[in-house]
Amino acid sequence: MEEKVKDIDTDEQQEYIINIGPQHPSTHGVMRLVVSLKGETVKNVEPHLGYIHRGIEKMCESLTYQQIIHLTDRMDYLAAHMNNEVVCLAVEKALEIEIPDRVKVIRTLMSELTRIQSHELFWASYGMDLGGQTCYFYGLRDREMVLDIFEETTGGRMIVSYNCPGGVMYDLHPNFQKRVKEFLKHFRKVLPEYDDILTNNVIFHERTVGIGPLSLNEAISYGITGPSGRASGFSCDVRKHEPYSAYDRVKFNEVLYAEGDAFHRYLARVEEMRESMNIIDQLIDNIPEGPYAVKMKPVIRLPEGEYYQRVETPRGELGVFIISDGNKTPYRVHFRTPNFANLSVLNHLVKGFKIADLISIFGSLDFVIPDIDR
Amino acid sequence: MLTSFGIINYLSAQSGPWWRVFYDFTSLTKNIDAGLHNAMSPFWTTVTEMVIVGILFLLFYAVIGLFLVYAERKVCAFIQNRLGPNRLGPFGIFQTVADLIKLLFKELIPIKNADHFLFNLAPYIVIIVNFMVLAAIPYALGLHAVDLNIGIFYVIAVSSMSVIGVLLAGWSSNSKYSLLGAMRSGAQIVSYELSVGLALATVVILAGSMQLSVIVEGQRTGWFIFKGHIPAVIAFVIYIIAGTAETNRGPFDLAEAESELTAGYHTEYSGIKFAFFYLAEFINMFIVASIAATIFLGGWMPLHFGADNGFNRIMDFIPPVIWFFAKTFFLIWVIMLFKWTFPRLRIDQLLTLEWKYLLPINIVNLLIMAFIVLMGWHF
Amino acid sequence: MRSIINYLKDIFLGVRSLLKGMKVTSRYFWSPRSIVTEKYPENRKTLVMLERSKGEVIMPHNDKNEHHCTGCGICQINCPNGSIEVISKIIDTEDGKKKKIIDKHIYKLGQCTFCGLCVKTCPSNALAFSTKFEHAVFNKALLIKVLNKPGSQLMKGVEQ
Repeated sequence: MEEKVKDIDTDEQQEYIINIGPQHPSTHGVMRLVVSLKGETVKNVEPHLGYIHRGIEKMCESLTYQQIIHLTDRMDYLAAHMNNEVVCLAVEKALEIEIPDRVKVIRTLMSELTRIQSHELFWASYGMDLGGQTCYFYGLRDREMVLDIFEETTGGRMIVSYNCPGGVMYDLHPNFQKRVKEFLKHFRKVLPEYDDILTNNVIFHERTVGIGPLSLNEAISYGITGPSGRASGFSCDVRKHEPYSAYDRVKFNEVLYAEGDAFHRYLARVEEMRESMNIIDQLIDNIPEGPYAVKMKPVIRLPEGEYYQRVETPRGELGVFIISDGNKTPYRVHFRTPNFANLSVLNHLVKGFKIADLISIFGSLDFVIPDIDR
Repeated sequence: MLTSFGIINYLSAQSGPWWRVFYDFTSLTKNIDAGLHNAMSPFWTTVTEMVIVGILFLLFYAVIGLFLVYAERKVCAFIQNRLGPNRLGPFGIFQTVADLIKLLFKELIPIKNADHFLFNLAPYIVIIVNFMVLAAIPYALGLHAVDLNIGIFYVIAVSSMSVIGVLLAGWSSNSKYSLLGAMRSGAQIVSYELSVGLALATVVILAGSMQLSVIVEGQRTGWFIFKGHIPAVIAFVIYIIAGTAETNRGPFDLAEAESELTAGYHTEYSGIKFAFFYLAEFINMFIVASIAATIFLGGWMPLHFGADNGFNRIMDFIPPVIWFFAKTFFLIWVIMLFKWTFPRLRIDQLLTLEWKYLLPINIVNLLIMAFIVLMGWHF
Repeated sequence: MRSIINYLKDIFLGVRSLLKGMKVTSRYFWSPRSIVTEKYPENRKTLVMLERSKGEVIMPHNDKNEHHCTGCGICQINCPNGSIEVISKIIDTEDGKKKKIIDKHIYKLGQCTFCGLCVKTCPSNALAFSTKFEHAVFNKALLIKVLNKPGSQLMKGVEQ
């Protein structure tokens, strides 16, 4: 009995530990955050991962390069196209194939549409995390239009599986250009509404401005990429620094802020939607004619060696590292996923903030849990 | 027997058609009272009347609760470009009834290490508080259960008791989420009581009475929100904000913030006990809206300007009951619009809003109103 | 004095931003045309799926109950997770030669990931995606389908 009383007096016993997750509305998936509280103030957060680990990297070792594509869809399902693209780009780089212009433009267009739909879902779910449920439905309503464009061309809505080494699986649907233009027109009209509901809302400002600030040095040392890193001033856009596909021929701004708080992480994403629309504007009317894929051998064997390729997904830098031993399956595949790296900063950001801010910060980093666990 | 209850007496004594009753319930209730007195001793008369009123309120509670749940789902659906419930009955109107039946049949999950007595008691406290406030509201001319001479004071005092139910629920269910939710709710309701009280006090100064029937009667020549110039409007806005906060509704729904605390203080409740909390939230909203309608928008009083003119007489054609419910439901719609538009506040911001903004404004507003009344500048 | 002005400005700007948000939501509330919900089971008759929509893999047959599948098994090799199993049999043709034809083309819808590799790599275009998407069944075994219809034959001229 005495021992028990002693225990309670120690500092660790006074911590009030609650579990956020694995089944929790604001973790956006099966993710468990063990939160130590003092009153409402967060003292420590310990993310527990692995609830949705599927061993994608190991599975890749027994699949051919064409078959890997359909697994990468399932990592970051909101950026399925970029996940496909990165493997294809790596394979093409290894084989030193020249890719037709049309493929490059198609890939860029699809990437930017994917970015818009992903950021729209971010906008939607961030609003809901903060308690404004209507945002969720407005975001999803407009996202459906992008998904319809995807479905028309690729047959899949979210899990598109559109890329293949050497090109894309199918040619663009004849309606593609018309639909994209319709969407852009509609989206330009509703974006000011998004601002009215959330961006300019005074409660939203209170909840996000100054919450979870991340300095430039910390962002670099934690490896925070994507809009989250750029909100801290970390110029890390792969599209700018190491252009792939057709990004070298379009003009766009890298959205950079210095503050690095939740509000600017949010703002960076909203501004990126506008930049993506500009990129699409530049490309949609001049899609070059030509084949939509290079004729590849049915069995692809990469020359022996190590290959690395990175792309910019809506959540940051996605890298794929392939070691080939000359067989038709890779020897080892590793994905450098942006969410896993971004998660590492969570504990650092939330310390000293309230539990409601934890949700706000977690939401502003825009996690896709299956991408963390893979 | 029925004749002696006075209803038929009353109806046969009426000169106009039967629906005249909707304009004035006084003679109906008086006739029933007289009929009961004829039939039995004064003691049993009182008992019978109490039972009748109690049953009426139970029915009213259930109907209003179910209707508001349905209305909320439809309103939020339309705001969000959805259809809302549309499967059960025309436009899904029976959806909430089906939900209620489901909740009635659901298992009441016993919680290990919970304080069972308090755990079971908590929902009833919330419900009882609701009934106590409902009794004091004038629904129409003569349709008023108790007309206390300190009506507003009674309403403020009783409605703040519901925090006890919430605190008990959170504390007794032995869950960390619940406890956090209950503590938030405690801090919140205690703070916002002040604003509610002061906003109502502003009108009490204007009306010169705390009796709800007198306040309504005082608005025969114009609603207080028009009579009291800008201070009355400010008081009205503050009352709506503070009232929303007091009912634990969004954007002030910290006590059950589902993205943070899953369901807050009623996380561990299931079945009908959960339904009680759920219904109580909606009835609370109804109470806040109906008090606001009574105090600021004239209650059952039709829209009147000036003493007696043609416009007033046209407005009088619409029965008071309809006026009352129309105003109340309009305010409920506004409160729903709050919830479905705004993000949630954080607990410290919630308290900042109260102590830094609402309360100082309210006190200044109260002074201005007192000055206006003193100088006789109101209409 | 400045603090008081700032205080009042805060209130004014805050309330204005809130009203702007409420303007948007209330406008949607009063415009029933903006409702995007599809009444799904009711609109089944009129519902048209996009033509490339990946519902399930089918093997198109013509009027004479003929298909294109030669039983080569390339789809089986290309399937990343073994959703396709091609069972072939050897028969004697009229001119006395032995020939491999398809016996059963088994497609396990339950584990298909709709990557589209089977359809794309089929050398004789025997497979296609249908837009049928209502696959819910009570028995898991019903999701294992045989794509070639009973008694069907290889279309003449398909074989190389």
